[in-house]
Amino acid sequence: MTDLRDIRLVVNGRAVERTVETRMHLGDFLRKELKLTGTHLGCEHGVCGACTVLVDGMSARSCLMLAVQADGREIQTIEGVGTTPEELHPIQAALSRHHGLQCGFCTPGVVMTMIEMQRESAGRSLEEAEIRHLLSGNLCRCTGYQGIVDAALELFGPKGSTVNPPTKISHG
Amino acid sequence: MKAPVFTYHAPRSVQEVIDLLTTHEDARVLGGGQSLMAMLNLRVAGPEHLIDLGRVPELVGIEERSDIILVKAMTTQRNVEHSELVRRHVPLLGHAIDHVGHQQTRNRGTVGGSICHLDPGAELPVAAAALDAVLVAQGPQGRRRIDFADFPADYLTNAMEADEILVEIEFPKVLPRSGSAFMEFNLRPADFAIVSVAVQLSLAGDSDSIERLAIAIGGISYAPIRLTGVEAALAGRPLDIESLRTAVTVLSDIDFDGDDLYPPEYRRDICGVLIERALKAATERAGASQ
Repeated sequence: MTDLRDIRLVVNGRAVERTVETRMHLGDFLRKELKLTGTHLGCEHGVCGACTVLVDGMSARSCLMLAVQADGREIQTIEGVGTTPEELHPIQAALSRHHGLQCGFCTPGVVMTMIEMQRESAGRSLEEAEIRHLLSGNLCRCTGYQGIVDAALELFGPKGSTVNPPTKISHG
Repeated sequence: MKAPVFTYHAPRSVQEVIDLLTTHEDARVLGGGQSLMAMLNLRVAGPEHLIDLGRVPELVGIEERSDIILVKAMTTQRNVEHSELVRRHVPLLGHAIDHVGHQQTRNRGTVGGSICHLDPGAELPVAAAALDAVLVAQGPQGRRRIDFADFPADYLTNAMEADEILVEIEFPKVLPRSGSAFMEFNLRPADFAIVSVAVQLSLAGDSDSIERLAIAIGGISYAPIRLTGVEAALAGRPLDIESLRTAVTVLSDIDFDGDDLYPPEYRRDICGVLIERALKAATERAGASQ
Protein backbone atom coordinates (compact mmCIF):
# COMPACT_ATOMS: atom_id res chain seq x y z
CA MET A 1 0.00 0.00 0.00
CA THR A 2 1.35 3.36 -0.95
CA ASP A 3 2.16 5.76 1.85
CA LEU A 4 1.77 9.38 0.78
CA ARG A 5 2.58 12.72 2.42
CA ASP A 6 2.17 16.34 1.47
CA ILE A 7 5.40 18.24 1.67
CA ARG A 8 6.29 21.92 1.32
CA LEU A 9 9.83 23.05 0.80
CA VAL A 10 11.91 25.67 -0.96
CA VAL A 11 14.00 24.52 -3.90
CA ASN A 12 16.43 26.99 -5.43
CA GLY A 13 14.51 29.86 -3.87
CA ARG A 14 11.14 28.70 -5.18
CA ALA A 15 8.38 27.37 -2.89
CA VAL A 16 7.29 23.89 -3.87
CA GLU A 17 4.32 21.78 -2.72
CA ARG A 18 3.89 18.17 -3.71
CA THR A 19 2.37 14.93 -2.57
CA VAL A 20 5.08 12.28 -2.44
CA GLU A 21 5.46 8.62 -1.73
CA THR A 22 7.27 8.47 1.60
CA ARG A 23 9.80 5.96 0.30
CA MET A 24 10.98 8.34 -2.46
CA HIS A 25 14.42 9.74 -1.78
CA LEU A 26 15.22 13.39 -2.28
CA GLY A 27 17.32 12.76 -5.40
CA ASP A 28 14.45 11.04 -7.18
CA PHE A 29 12.07 13.76 -5.99
CA LEU A 30 14.26 16.47 -7.52
CA ARG A 31 14.70 14.62 -10.78
CA LYS A 32 11.31 13.01 -11.31
CA GLU A 33 8.87 15.36 -9.62
CA LEU A 34 10.61 18.69 -10.17
CA LYS A 35 12.43 17.70 -13.40
CA LEU A 36 15.64 19.10 -11.97
CA THR A 37 17.82 16.52 -13.65
CA GLY A 38 21.07 18.34 -12.95
CA THR A 39 21.38 16.35 -9.73
CA HIS A 40 22.88 13.06 -10.87
CA LEU A 41 22.24 9.72 -9.24
CA GLY A 42 25.24 7.44 -9.36
CA CYS A 43 25.31 4.69 -6.79
CA GLU A 44 22.19 5.47 -4.75
CA HIS A 45 23.74 4.12 -1.61
CA GLY A 46 25.78 7.04 -0.43
CA VAL A 47 29.18 6.26 -1.84
CA CYS A 48 29.74 8.35 -4.97
CA GLY A 49 28.59 11.85 -4.01
CA ALA A 50 27.21 12.67 -7.48
CA CYS A 51 23.80 13.45 -5.96
CA THR A 52 25.15 16.01 -3.47
CA VAL A 53 22.80 18.96 -2.86
CA LEU A 54 22.65 21.57 -0.12
CA VAL A 55 20.03 21.09 2.61
CA ASP A 56 19.62 24.30 4.60
CA GLY A 57 23.01 25.23 3.22
CA MET A 58 24.79 22.03 4.23
CA SER A 59 25.96 19.43 1.75
CA ALA A 60 24.10 16.13 1.84
CA ARG A 61 23.70 13.09 -0.32
CA SER A 62 20.20 13.35 -1.76
CA CYS A 63 19.97 9.56 -2.14
CA LEU A 64 20.37 9.11 1.63
CA MET A 65 17.49 11.36 2.56
CA LEU A 66 13.79 10.92 1.98
CA ALA A 67 11.89 13.64 0.15
CA VAL A 68 9.51 13.73 3.12
CA GLN A 69 12.47 14.62 5.35
CA ALA A 70 12.99 17.74 3.24
CA ASP A 71 9.58 19.02 4.32
CA GLY A 72 10.04 22.58 5.60
CA ARG A 73 13.63 22.78 4.45
CA GLU A 74 15.53 24.74 1.86
CA ILE A 75 17.26 22.81 -0.90
CA GLN A 76 19.81 24.10 -3.36
CA THR A 77 20.71 22.09 -6.45
CA ILE A 78 23.10 22.73 -9.35
CA GLU A 79 20.21 24.47 -11.16
CA GLY A 80 20.17 26.98 -8.31
CA VAL A 81 23.77 27.87 -8.97
CA GLY A 82 22.01 29.86 -11.67
CA THR A 83 24.34 30.44 -14.55
CA THR A 84 24.36 30.28 -18.31
CA PRO A 85 27.11 28.84 -20.52
CA GLU A 86 28.25 32.41 -21.19
CA GLU A 87 28.35 33.34 -17.55
CA LEU A 88 29.52 30.50 -15.35
CA HIS A 89 29.62 30.57 -11.55
CA PRO A 90 33.24 31.24 -10.50
CA ILE A 91 33.47 27.63 -9.26
CA GLN A 92 32.25 26.29 -12.60
CA ALA A 93 34.60 28.61 -14.47
CA ALA A 94 37.55 27.44 -12.39
CA LEU A 95 36.65 23.78 -13.00
CA SER A 96 36.52 24.53 -16.69
CA ARG A 97 39.86 26.37 -16.71
CA HIS A 98 41.59 23.51 -14.92
CA HIS A 99 39.98 20.72 -16.90
CA GLY A 100 38.26 19.63 -13.69
CA LEU A 101 35.65 17.64 -15.55
CA GLN A 102 35.45 15.34 -18.50
CA CYS A 103 32.15 13.47 -18.75
CA GLY A 104 30.57 15.78 -16.18
CA PHE A 105 28.61 13.16 -14.29
CA CYS A 106 30.17 13.95 -10.93
CA THR A 107 30.39 17.70 -11.56
CA PRO A 108 27.06 18.86 -10.07
CA GLY A 109 27.98 17.14 -6.81
CA VAL A 110 31.50 18.56 -6.91
CA VAL A 111 30.17 22.08 -7.48
CA MET A 112 27.71 21.81 -4.59
CA THR A 113 30.48 20.57 -2.30
CA MET A 114 32.68 23.47 -3.40
CA ILE A 115 29.90 25.98 -2.75
CA GLU A 116 29.78 24.76 0.84
CA MET A 117 33.59 24.90 0.92
CA GLN A 118 33.50 28.51 -0.27
CA ARG A 119 30.95 29.54 2.34
CA GLU A 120 32.63 27.76 5.23
CA SER A 121 36.16 28.88 4.43
CA ALA A 122 34.79 32.44 4.40
CA GLY A 123 37.89 33.89 2.80
CA ARG A 124 40.31 31.84 4.92
CA SER A 125 42.90 30.16 2.71
CA LEU A 126 42.57 26.35 2.59
CA GLU A 127 45.56 24.04 2.39
CA GLU A 128 45.58 21.37 -0.30
CA ALA A 129 45.19 18.60 2.30
CA GLU A 130 42.06 20.24 3.66
CA ILE A 131 40.65 20.71 0.16
CA ARG A 132 41.28 17.06 -0.66
CA HIS A 133 39.66 16.03 2.61
CA LEU A 134 36.56 18.10 1.82
CA LEU A 135 36.38 16.75 -1.74
CA SER A 136 36.89 13.14 -0.65
CA GLY A 137 33.15 12.49 -0.70
CA ASN A 138 32.88 13.09 -4.44
CA LEU A 139 34.11 10.33 -6.72
CA CYS A 140 35.21 11.19 -10.27
CA ARG A 141 35.94 8.41 -12.75
CA CYS A 142 37.39 10.44 -15.61
CA THR A 143 39.82 13.16 -14.84
CA GLY A 144 41.76 12.00 -11.90
CA TYR A 145 41.35 14.55 -9.19
CA GLN A 146 44.18 16.97 -9.93
CA GLY A 147 42.09 19.24 -12.14
CA ILE A 148 39.32 19.45 -9.56
CA VAL A 149 41.80 20.09 -6.77
CA ASP A 150 43.57 22.72 -8.88
CA ALA A 151 40.28 24.53 -9.44
CA ALA A 152 39.63 24.53 -5.70
CA LEU A 153 43.20 25.63 -4.97
CA GLU A 154 42.91 28.54 -7.37
CA LEU A 155 39.75 29.72 -5.63
CA PHE A 156 40.36 28.81 -1.99
CA GLY A 157 44.02 27.85 -1.66
CA PRO A 158 47.17 29.82 -0.93
CA LYS A 159 48.25 32.02 -3.86
CA GLY A 160 50.18 30.23 -6.57
CA SER A 161 49.46 26.75 -5.17
CA THR A 162 47.91 25.15 -8.25
CA VAL A 163 50.01 22.32 -9.59
CA ASN A 164 49.08 22.80 -13.24
CA PRO A 165 48.43 26.14 -14.90
CA PRO A 166 44.87 26.68 -16.12
CA THR A 167 44.14 25.91 -19.74
CA LYS A 168 42.29 28.32 -21.98
CA ILE A 169 39.00 26.85 -23.09
CA SER A 170 36.74 28.61 -25.50
CA HIS A 171 33.07 28.65 -24.62
CA GLY A 172 32.29 30.13 -27.99
CA MET B 1 17.89 0.77 -5.90
CA LYS B 2 14.63 2.11 -4.57
CA ALA B 3 13.43 1.65 -1.01
CA PRO B 4 10.54 -0.76 -0.52
CA VAL B 5 7.19 0.55 0.67
CA PHE B 6 6.92 1.39 4.35
CA THR B 7 4.67 3.50 6.54
CA TYR B 8 6.51 6.63 7.59
CA HIS B 9 6.17 8.22 11.02
CA ALA B 10 7.61 11.53 12.15
CA PRO B 11 7.07 11.73 15.92
CA ARG B 12 7.93 14.91 17.83
CA SER B 13 8.93 13.45 21.21
CA VAL B 14 10.76 10.45 22.64
CA GLN B 15 7.51 9.30 24.29
CA GLU B 16 5.79 9.29 20.89
CA VAL B 17 8.67 7.26 19.45
CA ILE B 18 8.35 4.66 22.20
CA ASP B 19 4.57 4.52 21.79
CA LEU B 20 5.05 3.84 18.08
CA LEU B 21 7.66 1.15 18.77
CA THR B 22 5.32 -0.49 21.29
CA THR B 23 2.38 -0.49 18.87
CA HIS B 24 4.18 -1.57 15.70
CA GLU B 25 5.99 -4.84 15.56
CA ASP B 26 8.10 -4.50 12.41
CA ALA B 27 9.46 -1.00 12.94
CA ARG B 28 12.86 0.61 12.62
CA VAL B 29 14.01 4.01 13.72
CA LEU B 30 15.72 6.26 11.19
CA GLY B 31 18.56 8.34 12.61
CA GLY B 32 20.68 10.37 10.23
CA GLY B 33 20.03 7.77 7.55
CA GLN B 34 23.62 7.47 6.38
CA SER B 35 23.53 3.68 6.75
CA LEU B 36 19.85 2.79 6.97
CA MET B 37 18.85 4.77 3.87
CA ALA B 38 21.48 2.90 1.86
CA MET B 39 20.20 -0.38 3.32
CA LEU B 40 16.64 0.56 2.33
CA ASN B 41 17.72 1.52 -1.20
CA LEU B 42 19.60 -1.76 -1.52
CA ARG B 43 16.63 -3.55 0.07
CA VAL B 44 18.70 -5.28 2.68
CA ALA B 45 16.33 -3.60 5.13
CA GLY B 46 12.57 -3.40 4.61
CA PRO B 47 10.65 -2.61 7.77
CA GLU B 48 6.89 -2.13 7.65
CA HIS B 49 7.20 1.03 9.70
CA LEU B 50 9.93 3.64 9.53
CA ILE B 51 10.10 5.98 12.50
CA ASP B 52 12.07 9.13 11.69
CA LEU B 53 13.87 10.59 14.74
CA GLY B 54 14.79 13.71 12.80
CA ARG B 55 11.93 15.80 14.22
CA VAL B 56 12.57 15.10 17.89
CA PRO B 57 14.35 18.18 19.26
CA GLU B 58 15.02 16.62 22.69
CA LEU B 59 17.37 14.13 21.00
CA VAL B 60 19.80 16.83 19.82
CA GLY B 61 22.50 18.64 21.76
CA ILE B 62 25.82 18.46 23.58
CA GLU B 63 25.81 19.32 27.29
CA GLU B 64 28.42 19.57 30.01
CA ARG B 65 27.71 17.86 33.34
CA SER B 66 30.08 17.75 36.30
CA ASP B 67 32.32 14.95 35.09
CA ILE B 68 30.79 13.95 31.76
CA ILE B 69 29.97 15.36 28.37
CA LEU B 70 26.49 14.32 27.36
CA VAL B 71 25.89 13.84 23.66
CA LYS B 72 22.25 13.37 22.70
CA ALA B 73 21.74 10.50 20.29
CA MET B 74 20.66 12.50 17.23
CA THR B 75 23.45 15.05 17.46
CA THR B 76 25.15 15.10 14.08
CA GLN B 77 28.74 14.00 13.68
CA ARG B 78 29.34 17.46 12.22
CA ASN B 79 28.21 19.13 15.43
CA VAL B 80 30.55 16.93 17.44
CA GLU B 81 33.37 17.68 15.00
CA HIS B 82 32.93 21.40 15.71
CA SER B 83 32.14 21.16 19.42
CA GLU B 84 34.51 23.04 21.74
CA LEU B 85 33.22 20.98 24.67
CA VAL B 86 34.14 17.75 22.92
CA ARG B 87 37.55 18.97 21.77
CA ARG B 88 38.40 20.15 25.27
CA HIS B 89 36.94 17.41 27.46
CA VAL B 90 36.72 14.32 25.23
CA PRO B 91 39.40 14.91 22.59
CA LEU B 92 39.47 11.24 21.57
CA LEU B 93 35.93 11.59 20.25
CA GLY B 94 37.15 14.50 18.12
CA HIS B 95 40.14 12.50 16.84
CA ALA B 96 37.76 9.66 15.90
CA ILE B 97 35.30 11.97 14.14
CA ASP B 98 38.15 13.21 11.94
CA HIS B 99 38.09 9.76 10.33
CA VAL B 100 34.31 9.43 10.01
CA GLY B 101 32.87 9.55 6.51
CA HIS B 102 32.73 12.67 4.38
CA GLN B 103 31.44 16.13 5.12
CA GLN B 104 28.24 15.28 3.22
CA THR B 105 27.61 12.28 5.47
CA ARG B 106 28.82 13.93 8.71
CA ASN B 107 26.34 16.75 8.08
CA ARG B 108 23.52 14.25 8.55
CA GLY B 109 25.04 11.19 10.21
CA THR B 110 24.52 11.04 13.96
CA VAL B 111 26.66 9.88 16.86
CA GLY B 112 23.88 7.70 18.26
CA GLY B 113 23.11 6.21 14.88
CA SER B 114 26.67 5.12 14.29
CA ILE B 115 27.00 3.63 17.77
CA CYS B 116 23.68 1.76 17.49
CA HIS B 117 24.40 0.48 13.99
CA LEU B 118 27.75 -1.00 15.12
CA ASP B 119 29.39 -1.36 11.75
CA PRO B 120 32.63 -3.25 12.47
CA GLY B 121 34.52 -0.64 10.42
CA ALA B 122 32.96 2.37 12.14
CA GLU B 123 35.09 4.64 14.30
CA LEU B 124 32.67 5.94 16.91
CA PRO B 125 31.99 2.57 18.59
CA VAL B 126 35.74 2.08 18.97
CA ALA B 127 36.12 5.49 20.58
CA ALA B 128 33.11 4.76 22.82
CA ALA B 129 34.76 1.50 23.91
CA ALA B 130 38.04 3.21 24.80
CA LEU B 131 36.23 5.99 26.65
CA ASP B 132 33.99 3.67 28.73
CA ALA B 133 30.99 5.53 27.37
CA VAL B 134 27.62 4.85 28.97
CA LEU B 135 24.58 4.58 26.73
CA VAL B 136 21.23 5.75 28.01
CA ALA B 137 18.33 3.82 26.50
CA GLN B 138 14.69 4.71 26.97
CA GLY B 139 11.73 2.36 26.65
CA PRO B 140 8.22 1.91 28.06
CA GLN B 141 9.75 1.13 31.49
CA GLY B 142 11.76 4.33 31.52
CA ARG B 143 15.47 4.86 31.17
CA ARG B 144 18.38 2.54 31.81
CA ARG B 145 22.12 2.98 31.51
CA ILE B 146 24.17 0.45 29.56
CA ASP B 147 27.96 0.28 29.72
CA PHE B 148 29.38 0.29 26.22
CA ALA B 149 31.06 -3.06 26.95
CA ASP B 150 27.59 -4.63 27.29
CA PHE B 151 26.08 -2.86 24.29
CA PRO B 152 27.15 -4.86 21.21
CA ALA B 153 25.22 -8.15 20.99
CA ASP B 154 26.19 -9.45 17.57
CA TYR B 155 27.07 -8.19 14.09
CA LEU B 156 25.18 -4.93 13.51
CA THR B 157 23.08 -5.72 16.56
CA ASN B 158 22.94 -3.92 19.88
CA ALA B 159 21.60 -5.01 23.23
CA MET B 160 18.57 -2.73 23.33
CA GLU B 161 15.04 -4.12 23.30
CA ALA B 162 12.83 -3.61 20.25
CA ASP B 163 10.82 -0.92 22.03
CA GLU B 164 13.84 1.00 23.30
CA ILE B 165 15.86 3.76 21.67
CA LEU B 166 19.18 5.31 22.52
CA VAL B 167 18.56 8.81 23.86
CA GLU B 168 21.99 9.97 24.95
CA ILE B 169 25.58 8.95 25.46
CA GLU B 170 27.70 9.86 28.47
CA PHE B 171 31.37 10.39 27.74
CA PRO B 172 33.57 10.80 30.84
CA LYS B 173 35.71 13.94 30.78
CA VAL B 174 39.43 13.29 30.54
CA LEU B 175 41.71 13.61 33.56
CA PRO B 176 44.58 16.11 33.76
CA ARG B 177 47.76 15.05 31.91
CA SER B 178 45.74 12.96 29.49
CA GLY B 179 46.40 12.18 25.88
CA SER B 180 44.56 10.24 23.24
CA ALA B 181 44.89 9.16 19.64
CA PHE B 182 42.81 7.49 16.99
CA MET B 183 44.57 5.70 14.15
CA GLU B 184 43.15 3.63 11.35
CA PHE B 185 44.07 1.87 8.16
CA ASN B 186 41.95 1.94 5.04
CA LEU B 187 42.49 2.27 1.31
CA ARG B 188 40.97 5.74 1.01
CA PRO B 189 40.77 8.28 3.80
CA ALA B 190 37.19 8.58 5.07
CA ASP B 191 36.27 5.00 4.19
CA PHE B 192 35.27 2.61 6.92
CA ALA B 193 38.37 1.33 8.70
CA ILE B 194 39.86 -2.05 7.90
CA VAL B 195 41.53 -1.83 11.31
CA SER B 196 41.29 1.02 13.80
CA VAL B 197 42.83 1.77 17.18
CA ALA B 198 41.74 4.18 19.90
CA VAL B 199 44.02 5.00 22.83
CA GLN B 200 43.15 7.04 25.89
CA LEU B 201 45.73 7.42 28.64
CA SER B 202 46.81 9.65 31.46
CA LEU B 203 50.22 10.09 33.09
CA ALA B 204 50.79 9.93 36.84
CA GLY B 205 51.57 13.12 38.77
CA ASP B 206 54.60 14.75 37.19
CA SER B 207 56.27 11.52 36.10
CA ASP B 208 56.27 9.79 32.72
CA SER B 209 54.51 6.69 34.07
CA ILE B 210 51.21 5.78 32.55
CA GLU B 211 48.59 5.86 35.26
CA ARG B 212 45.48 4.89 33.36
CA LEU B 213 45.27 3.38 29.94
CA ALA B 214 42.51 2.25 27.62
CA ILE B 215 43.10 0.68 24.22
CA ALA B 216 40.25 -0.36 21.94
CA ILE B 217 40.63 -1.91 18.51
CA GLY B 218 38.05 -2.15 15.73
CA GLY B 219 37.64 -4.12 12.52
CA ILE B 220 38.58 -7.27 14.41
CA SER B 221 35.21 -8.71 15.28
CA TYR B 222 31.55 -7.70 15.51
CA ALA B 223 32.38 -5.38 18.38
CA PRO B 224 35.39 -3.28 19.35
CA ILE B 225 37.77 -5.16 21.62
CA ARG B 226 39.44 -3.69 24.69
CA LEU B 227 43.01 -4.84 25.16
CA THR B 228 42.72 -5.22 28.92
CA GLY B 229 45.85 -7.37 29.12
CA VAL B 230 47.97 -4.66 27.52
CA GLU B 231 46.31 -1.97 29.59
CA ALA B 232 47.27 -3.79 32.80
CA ALA B 233 50.79 -4.61 31.61
CA LEU B 234 51.59 -1.03 30.62
CA ALA B 235 50.04 0.80 33.56
CA GLY B 236 52.45 2.13 36.17
CA ARG B 237 55.47 2.41 33.87
CA PRO B 238 56.67 4.81 31.24
CA LEU B 239 56.15 3.99 27.59
CA ASP B 240 59.33 2.47 26.19
CA ILE B 241 60.38 -0.01 23.54
CA GLU B 242 59.84 -2.92 25.90
CA SER B 243 56.31 -1.93 26.79
CA LEU B 244 55.47 -1.33 23.15
CA ARG B 245 56.71 -4.84 22.40
CA THR B 246 54.48 -6.21 25.18
CA ALA B 247 51.52 -4.40 23.67
CA VAL B 248 52.04 -5.99 20.27
CA THR B 249 52.73 -9.49 21.64
CA VAL B 250 49.30 -9.69 23.24
CA LEU B 251 47.74 -9.43 19.79
CA SER B 252 48.79 -13.01 18.97
CA ASP B 253 46.23 -14.23 21.53
CA ILE B 254 43.34 -12.39 19.93
CA ASP B 255 41.17 -13.87 17.19
CA PHE B 256 40.98 -11.54 14.24
CA ASP B 257 38.23 -11.66 11.64
CA GLY B 258 39.41 -11.63 8.08
CA ASP B 259 38.52 -12.09 4.46
CA ASP B 260 40.39 -12.87 1.24
CA LEU B 261 41.55 -9.29 0.79
CA TYR B 262 42.49 -8.66 4.40
CA PRO B 263 43.20 -11.97 6.15
CA PRO B 264 43.45 -12.13 9.96
CA GLU B 265 47.25 -12.12 10.08
CA TYR B 266 47.38 -9.03 7.85
CA ARG B 267 44.94 -7.19 10.09
CA ARG B 268 46.93 -8.28 13.13
CA ASP B 269 50.16 -6.88 11.69
CA ILE B 270 48.54 -3.57 10.78
CA CYS B 271 46.94 -3.42 14.20
CA GLY B 272 50.31 -3.80 15.91
CA VAL B 273 51.72 -0.88 13.94
CA LEU B 274 48.71 1.30 14.66
CA ILE B 275 48.81 0.52 18.39
CA GLU B 276 52.45 1.53 18.57
CA ARG B 277 51.80 4.79 16.73
CA ALA B 278 48.69 5.58 18.77
CA LEU B 279 50.44 4.91 22.09
CA LYS B 280 53.31 7.17 21.10
CA ALA B 281 51.02 9.98 19.91
CA ALA B 282 48.78 9.76 22.99
CA THR B 283 51.77 9.78 25.35
CA GLU B 284 53.24 12.81 23.60
CA ARG B 285 49.95 14.67 23.84
CA ALA B 286 49.62 13.76 27.51
CA GLY B 287 53.12 15.05 28.20
CA ALA B 288 52.33 18.31 26.44
CA SER B 289 49.03 18.84 28.28
CA GLN B 290 48.61 20.39 31.71
